[in-house]
Amino acid sequence: MSSICLYFQVHQPRRIKRFKHFNIGDNQYYFDDASDGNLNNKKLINKVSKKCYLPTNKVLLSLLQNHPEFKFAFSFSGLVLEQFEEYVPKTLRSFQELVKTGRVEVLSETYYHSLSFLHSRNEFLSQIKLHDQKIKDLFGITPKVFRNTELIYNNSLARFIEKLGYIGILAEGADHVLDWRSPNFVYSPYGTKKISLLLKNYRLSDDIAFRFSDSTWKHHPLTVEKFANWVNAINGNGEVINLFMDYETFGEHQWAATGIFDFLSLLPGELLKHPDNDFVTPSEAIKRYKPVAKLNIPKFISWADVERDLSAWLSNEMQRDAISQLFKLEKPIYASNNQELLKAWQSLTTSDHFYYMCTKWFADGDVHKYFNPYDSPYDAFRYFMNVLADLKFRLKTQNKLKIN
Amino acid sequence: MFGWEYPPFNSGGLGVACQGLARALVNQGVELTFVLPKNHGSIKEPFKFIYADIPNVKLIEINSSLMPYLTSEKYRHLRSNQPGWIYANTLYEEVARYAAVAKSLANSLDFDLVHAHDWLTFGAGIAAQEVSHKPFIAQVHATEIDRTGNIDLVNPHVFDLEKSGALAANKVISVSNFTKQNLVNHYGISASKIDVVHNGVDPDRYYLDVSLDEGLINLKKLGYKVVLYLGRITLQKGIDYLVKAADLALKVDKKIVFVIVGSGDMEGEIMRLVAERGISDKFIFPGFLREKERSSIYKTADLFIMPSVSEPFGLTALESLLHGTPVIISKQSGVSEVLHHALKVDFWDIEEMADQILSAVNHSSLRKTMTQNGKKEVIMCNWDKAAQKCLSIYKSI
Repeated sequence: MSSICLYFQVHQPRRIKRFKHFNIGDNQYYFDDASDGNLNNKKLINKVSKKCYLPTNKVLLSLLQNHPEFKFAFSFSGLVLEQFEEYVPKTLRSFQELVKTGRVEVLSETYYHSLSFLHSRNEFLSQIKLHDQKIKDLFGITPKVFRNTELIYNNSLARFIEKLGYIGILAEGADHVLDWRSPNFVYSPYGTKKISLLLKNYRLSDDIAFRFSDSTWKHHPLTVEKFANWVNAINGNGEVINLFMDYETFGEHQWAATGIFDFLSLLPGELLKHPDNDFVTPSEAIKRYKPVAKLNIPKFISWADVERDLSAWLSNEMQRDAISQLFKLEKPIYASNNQELLKAWQSLTTSDHFYYMCTKWFADGDVHKYFNPYDSPYDAFRYFMNVLADLKFRLKTQNKLKIN
Repeated sequence: MFGWEYPPFNSGGLGVACQGLARALVNQGVELTFVLPKNHGSIKEPFKFIYADIPNVKLIEINSSLMPYLTSEKYRHLRSNQPGWIYANTLYEEVARYAAVAKSLANSLDFDLVHAHDWLTFGAGIAAQEVSHKPFIAQVHATEIDRTGNIDLVNPHVFDLEKSGALAANKVISVSNFTKQNLVNHYGISASKIDVVHNGVDPDRYYLDVSLDEGLINLKKLGYKVVLYLGRITLQKGIDYLVKAADLALKVDKKIVFVIVGSGDMEGEIMRLVAERGISDKFIFPGFLREKERSSIYKTADLFIMPSVSEPFGLTALESLLHGTPVIISKQSGVSEVLHHALKVDFWDIEEMADQILSAVNHSSLRKTMTQNGKKEVIMCNWDKAAQKCLSIYKSI
């Protein structure tokens, strides 16, 4: 028996506008770019809704109606949900409709899709709580399984998450930690007792997410028959096949013209042709399959780039400077008791800001360039640091006001 | 190959570029004869030099004041200050004379193709092509549009020479897409006729181990950040925009000094502009610097800026990074096509320029990241790569 476990990541950051030195102290908002470009958050979420979220939701809804065995999971960042509420309530309703079927699990993560676990356990915990509250408010669900930003993971994260009561956690099935082992089983994180670990089958996941429309790929074009054959080949030597990917794969990264929507609508039917295949959500996988072994992952891994480590966000001096300066403000921001400043500060903890500052274009290039709305990583850094300076200025002036 | 100047007897980037390319071509097996208008002294290279001032040709010595960046007006101006001149009346006559010598050279030499650099040598290139019926490649390092920075100021005679060279050539090489675009837009040269070969940089030319500039070090100890411009001080270079940006930046951060290295016809005007804005105390004009001093000042600066209005290539940006100093470059430059690890700005956008300066002086992490990555990119910009491209163009015609 092989179970297919699908999880889609839904996230949009609040991108920082071109905030200049001359804007510092000018009482400006940080995320309200209104240009025609790729920093206009309202425009972008409308665009992605139209190209990806709404059409893909439609496909998934009809799949749920046509295949009673079909099920899957979403993980939403709090930021994408609040932007739906603000800019495209229709999209939020369409997600709610899917979740209402009872066959769509919603996972837990940090509200701000942040790197906070790396810098502050307090902030990490606050953002998880904020997130789960948001999920409860919008979907009436309490998440049971946790996935950290960009599948960043190590042993200590698993221990921390276990203490919070989650039954499972997701990670990348990176070769350098799996070695000879297969990602197609449930594992138990080193140093934990109860929590289970699900590992992304990155070959099969990336066949869809990255290679689907790559005409230089030897398996192009990818058909559901071909893909189902690969999945079926695991049957007998694997229990759960974790296909984890960005939801924007459908219609945004892989455009409609590539045939990605047809692929998605035919895939469950094709997979179910094999009598030993079925679908599970992450918590069902954890309940059904016992861990086969302990897995020791002391160093951080993630699902980003070929390195599958933290280098997409923290490999150059600028990125490390920006994030350490940011977290230096944590205490004063909380001490200020100003919700508006806190919200702005938390919105700056989003991993995307640091991803945009990544300079390792030449090794693993195109993906970073494709996903960078700024002209260069240096510009991304400049605007971030200017915003941070403004935030400091606001903290100071607010303190002054209080004292006076 | 026809050139106009050659190191160490050169005034600017043209000679350096010719040397880099010629050496790398010879390394790759090209048998090369380099023709220069005049013998200024001995040059040691593993290939042959011919000087146009051979005795059986009535070419009168070309004065060293003939620099490739001179306009005819300035040439006349220079000439008028030199009483007793018996030489050619105008720069154009020198150019024509060079062409005349080229004709007889082409008759006596055995070669497969002619490669000429910039308008001063295009006459020679065309002449050699006519006599030999061998292919002629015109390489454009800069156009009159770049030099004047303004289409209305273009010298029609120079413009015509550039245009006729590019039209007569079997193939045109431009040092950037930026220059290619100029040739297409302003000279009506067909884009398919133009191939881009970006310049390289040779790290061995520089004194990378030289000690830091003491005066600037003292300023840095006082907490100042040093922003450097190095190059000719002419309209083309956009230094007036830099002054305006500096004024804006200094309103936010007073601890910045701007060092303007070089000389040129706008020097006085730039100083006046600085004085008018009351920021003379934040500007230093050391004049024209040579080799070691240049290396020292490149190394000592915190940031280099090249605000050119129109820059066919822009070698100084690569030089700065070689010396470990990050750069802001104008988007109106060829070098911005090969250099990604830089801050880039439209020369006219002084507010953005000021903002970039402020970011760079305020954040050492930004400077370090730009330098580390930029240096790696500069190493990739080598003459071997340029010569390879050149060679494939040779083979294609």
